[in-house]
Order: sequence, then structure tokens, then C-alpha cells
Amino acid sequence: MSDQIKITIDGESIEVPKGTTILQAARMIGKNYPPAMCYYTPLKNTGGKCRVCLVKVAQASEANPRPMPKLVASCLTQAEHGMVVENESSPEVLEARNGVVEFLLINHPLDCPVCDQAGECDLQNLSFEHGRSETRYEEGRREFDKIDIGPFIQLHMTRCILCYRCVYLADQLTEKRVHGVINRGDVSEISTYIQNAIENDFSGNIIDVCPVGALTDKTYRFKQRVWFSKPFDAHRDCPKCTGKSVLWMKGQDIIRITSRKDKFGEVIDFICNECRFDHKEPHHWVIEGPRDMGEESVISANKYELPVVSPAVNVDAKFVSE
Amino acid sequence: MGRKILLEHIDVPGIQTLDVYRKMGGYNAVTKAIKNMSADEIVEEVKKSGLRGRGGAGFPTGMKWSFLDKKSDKPRYLVCNADESEPGTFKDRYLMEKLPHILIEGMICSSYALGANTSYIYVRGEMMYVIKILEKAIQEAYQAGFLGKNILGSDYSLDLYVQPGGGAYICGEETALLESLEGKRGNPRNKPPFPALWGLYGCPTVVNNVETIADVPWIINNGGEAYAGIGIGKSTGTKLISACGNINKPGVYEIELGISVEEFLNSDEYCGGIANGRKLKAVVAGGSSVPILPADLILTTANGEKRLMTYESLGDGGFVSGTMLGSGGFIVYDDQQCIVRNLWNFTRFYHHESCGQCSPCREGTGWMEKVLHRIENGHGKLSDIDLLVDVAKKIEGKTICPLGEAAAWPVASAIRHFRADFEEHVRNPDSCVKKHLHREMAHAH
Repeated sequence: MSDQIKITIDGESIEVPKGTTILQAARMIGKNYPPAMCYYTPLKNTGGKCRVCLVKVAQASEANPRPMPKLVASCLTQAEHGMVVENESSPEVLEARNGVVEFLLINHPLDCPVCDQAGECDLQNLSFEHGRSETRYEEGRREFDKIDIGPFIQLHMTRCILCYRCVYLADQLTEKRVHGVINRGDVSEISTYIQNAIENDFSGNIIDVCPVGALTDKTYRFKQRVWFSKPFDAHRDCPKCTGKSVLWMKGQDIIRITSRKDKFGEVIDFICNECRFDHKEPHHWVIEGPRDMGEESVISANKYELPVVSPAVNVDAKFVSE
Repeated sequence: MGRKILLEHIDVPGIQTLDVYRKMGGYNAVTKAIKNMSADEIVEEVKKSGLRGRGGAGFPTGMKWSFLDKKSDKPRYLVCNADESEPGTFKDRYLMEKLPHILIEGMICSSYALGANTSYIYVRGEMMYVIKILEKAIQEAYQAGFLGKNILGSDYSLDLYVQPGGGAYICGEETALLESLEGKRGNPRNKPPFPALWGLYGCPTVVNNVETIADVPWIINNGGEAYAGIGIGKSTGTKLISACGNINKPGVYEIELGISVEEFLNSDEYCGGIANGRKLKAVVAGGSSVPILPADLILTTANGEKRLMTYESLGDGGFVSGTMLGSGGFIVYDDQQCIVRNLWNFTRFYHHESCGQCSPCREGTGWMEKVLHRIENGHGKLSDIDLLVDVAKKIEGKTICPLGEAAAWPVASAIRHFRADFEEHVRNPDSCVKKHLHREMAHAH
């Protein structure tokens, strides 16, 4: 039992193994956990940058019952025995979080209507929860020179929130990282120096870890709003990866292939570029069934459950017929 | 005349060379430390001295040293932070340029006290001539046997390197400095772990300011208690203050902590009064990052006590009516100066120097600069003033490193104490813009 510690978050207590972060403990409790835009469990060293997961530590531990002087990043701060954390119950935390969301949005182009990420965008969800309805920012928004980073991936630097996830992924998953953050401050940008440089078997995963629409699938560009396509779990025998993917279907066509994500939006198994980009024929795959996107996702809307207002459609169907 | 610890021999011709420096008693501390003292005894003396970090935060040096993880079998490092880039602060550059050996002597004594066999001086890249002076001095010290293998015949060895920075203010933040020293992008690290446990190359490391390290030889020679005898209360010893702005005698002065602000400002030994017989409007007492104070509050505290040049007295009143000693960049403004324009200039600096790693600082610094630029150029609104206060509040305390606070405090304090100036800019933009034009043309002639 000595390895288990007790932490209380927003009045709910849970016992977690020593070394667990506040964020992970909150996710174990399973409700009202802090959002995370840069932290990513499968990637080491991520976190601490976006500051949306800041929480208030009202009591540092049983041994040291004092509060911590500043809000702390819950993704990096380890839980201590007897720690008391305030997340959504603290007005100070909510104010800070709203502030960070405002900061993330002042230079964001807000081009959701033409962005392929819309509907599965963490920043969109975050703004819905914590954003303001009108901007207070009257100055010009930041722009960047467009660069082509390769045949499969589209970079929109204006949408980037500099979470560094794609940098850590390239370090940890691919043989050699050829992109990174150049420049400083609010003109920092993700870049490759050499155009068309990102080419390796697992590079496509930077699309999946990107929380916004900065890195999107070039083969899927402008094909469909994500909520009009239907996700299916499918797998294939792949010598490079597990082959466990999600096929995004429009009618009988596969319009996009991604890795599978858990309910926190984190990739379960990274897939290779061959699975992602080269097998867009349904007969290449063993289709397991519809993927459960969770009730709250806009992708589920009008698919699994019917609104009462349209009784003409067959309610028993798993998907709404087109 | 106030007591001089660092600048005592500054006017001796040739003091930059090892020979002259030794004639004036230089390197006696190295001999005393290595031959007669144990490492722990030195740490103890530094603790007794009450010496506090001279880089700005004022953290007790002895305590910082005692946090160093001495149990681990990894090598330990001492890194000297000479990345002095704060607007208004230019004391370390002066010290290294005029008295390079005092820093090197301090580095040897401190490295010995910490058990470090490799030490670095990370110098701001723009100060290339200082780097050359230091490298020459280090060479002399190697030749004289104060550096290298088996110093003075003991079994203690030390290699000392000078590393030029790449031109970023943020690398003055200790963990960004370490990243940069490792050859990486100068992004501050998340803390904890602190450098005392996980510093350079993941090894226990102490990072100290130039002036802090330069104080150590005197403490070894004269004892910690003698040092603690200078100054008032917890502000012991002397401090270098770089004074600039509308004063008769800008320059670097060594003061005994505890003299009054008024004396520093008006006596002929130091600033020599406000230039051109003008009236004092405001002072930034510790480098651009600390809160600005109007004339009445810098001379006396809100309680009516005389304001002294100490960590405590300048901090009296918190941020409502006080400021900080900071790094000792003493900027004086006369009644002709425009606080709005000055603040815009500061925010421009922080916007330019933000590393861009965490959201509030990356986005907030640029936002504040743009709004201030608008107000300064006659396109401001009254609501912009409250917007600035709110943005500053949302940066402060939310960032990875203190650059966020450094950018937010000047904005919050300038508006707190000089709101009328901002409102005047909004209400009468034409006359404010005209005033600047006149002043700039006067400067041009």
C-alpha cells in the first residue's frame, strides 16, 4: 500500500501509484479533468508548454499542508500523498484557463470553415468550453511564408499553437528528425529548412498528434467535413506496424485513414505511412465495425442516434441512411 | 566614501593583468581556500556572509550551494551567468571588462567549494570583446598554476571555459542557459527538477551571477561575518548599481547596501542629481523587469519611511507601492520623459525576447506591445488601458519561467502609478505625438 498515494481533485479522492501526475490522476477519476494541448502520454517529455492544464494546489501534501504559491501545470506536477487540487472548482483556475485560450486564439486564423481539422480539433473544443464569444484582439494576426514539407502532409503554420508534439514524435518514433522549431517568440515556426524533406515510414503520425489543423493529411484535403464521413475500425497485416487503423468512409470509398485514439484524444497504436496513405481500397482491410467516437463528439452527431424531429428515418439502423 | 569590495582597485593601471592583480592581493583567496580550507568550510562562510544572488532574484547564495546534490556520483558543475542583457543593467560587463581576474578568482574558489572540476562562464554573445579579455585572463591563470591539474600542488583540478551565448536574453534564465550551453535551443526547462539536482547534462549544477561569484574571494579572505557586517539586516555586503537615464553622472557604482535612495540619487559620489536641473518623475530601480515607481514612492515608502537601497526596503509595500532591487539597473526619468513611450519600448524588448515556448508569454508579450504602440501613436482607446492590465495579469504567474513576470510587471506598475499619462495619450493623442517629435528633433540636433 505504501506505493499508493491519495489525492483529492475537486472534492473527489482517488488512490494512485506514486509518480502519477495530477492530470493522470484526474483522468483516472474520469470527469472534469484538465484539458491538455501539448502534453501527450505516448510521447516522452511533452507537456508544460500550453498552460491550459494549470490547476491550483490548495494543499501540497499531508506532510506539507501549505498551498503552492502559483498555479501548476497538472501534466508535469506529481501527485503527493494528501494533495488537494482544485481544477474546475477554482475560479482562479478557470480565469487563467480562459486567459490561455484567449492567448492561443489571438493569432489563430479562425478559418474553421475551411479547415480539415474542424470537428476533431482540440482547440475548437477548448474554445467552446473556455473561449469568449468576441475577440478583444484588434491587431493584425500573424502570418507565415508557406512551406511545402512533403507529399503527404500539409503544414498550415498560422494554425499552429507550438505544442512541440510533432517534434517529440519525430525524435521518438522516426529514425531521423528533419523538422523542428525555428525562430523565437511569436514568430517561432515549425519548419524543415529544406522543403519536401519529411519522408519516412512513420511521418504521417504527426498529423494525428497535432491538436489543431496545422498538420493535415494532404490526400484528404478539402474532401469532406469530418462529421459527414463514417469511421470504421479496421486492420490489416502490416509488417511495419500493428495495422490497427480507423477508416473514414464516404459511401463505399475510403477517404482517409488514421490511427485509433482513446477518449483523451491520444493515439493508441501509431500506424505506418503505408497503411495510412497507400491502402485506400476497402478490400485491403478487415473491417471490424463502426468506431465509437463517444457521445459528445460532433462526428457522432446524426449517426448513432436520431433526433426526435425526423421520425421518417429508420431508427434501428446503426447509421443513418444517406 | 562607501566601502569598496569589488571595485577597490579598479583605477590601478594594468589591473587587468594577473601580475598587477596579484600585487594588489589577488588570488590570495585561492591559496587560502585550497591550502587551508575545506569545501564545506567555504560554503559555511558564504552562508554566514548572507550573500544573496546578485542576478536579480536575491536568493541566498549559501543556501543555493547547500542544495547541490553532493551524494550523486555524477560530476558537478558551476556555471557563471554572464548573459547580462536586461535593459538598464550593465554592471557585470563593466566588472568583467575592468577586473576579469576577480571573476576568475571567484570561479576557482566557488568551484572548489562546490567540488566542480569543470566550470563555465556563459557570456552574452554580443560582448565579444569581454570574452577576449576573459580568455586572456584565463590563459594567464593557467600559466600561473591557478587553473588546470593539481592547482597549487593540491589534488584539486579545475578547467574553466568561456562560452559565448547566441544572442538571446532568455538564456539569462538559468535553465535556458543550461540548454544553450548543451548546444540546444535556449528554451527554459520546466521546474522542478531544479539545476541543483538536474542541471548541465543532467548533472548537479549551480548557476550564479558574475557579481555573486566575484564577491566570494573577499568573503574567503575576510570571513563571512565581516561581510555580513556591511549592509543592513538581510541585505549584506555591497552591490554594483548601474545608473543611467537623466542623471548627471551615469555609470557603475558600488554601494554599501543600506544607503538611502535619495543619497544614491543626489550625492556627488554616485548619480550626482537629476541632469539639467529637472525634476525627478520616476525610477526603475532594478532593471527593466521590476515595477517602476513615481518620485514620491521611490524616495519614501508608503509608510513615510526613508527608502533604502536594500532588498527589503525597495520591496516594502509589495507591488502596490514597492519595487525590487533586482539586478541593480537604476534607470532615472525626469519630468520630460514619457512613461507610455518608455513602457512601449520595454514591452517591445520582451516581445522580441520571449522564447515562444509557452502560450501566455509568446502571445501576451506581442499583444501588449501592439496595444502600447497604438496608444503611443495616437490610436488608443480608454478601454485599452484596462485591457493591458488584464493581459499582464493573465501572463503573470502562468508561465514556465520568470520572463512572463518580467514582461507583465512593468506594464502593471506603469499603469498603476501613471494611469493619468496613459489617459492623456488617449484623450490628446495629437499633443503627445507632437511632444515626441519635438524631443526627437531636439535629440537629432
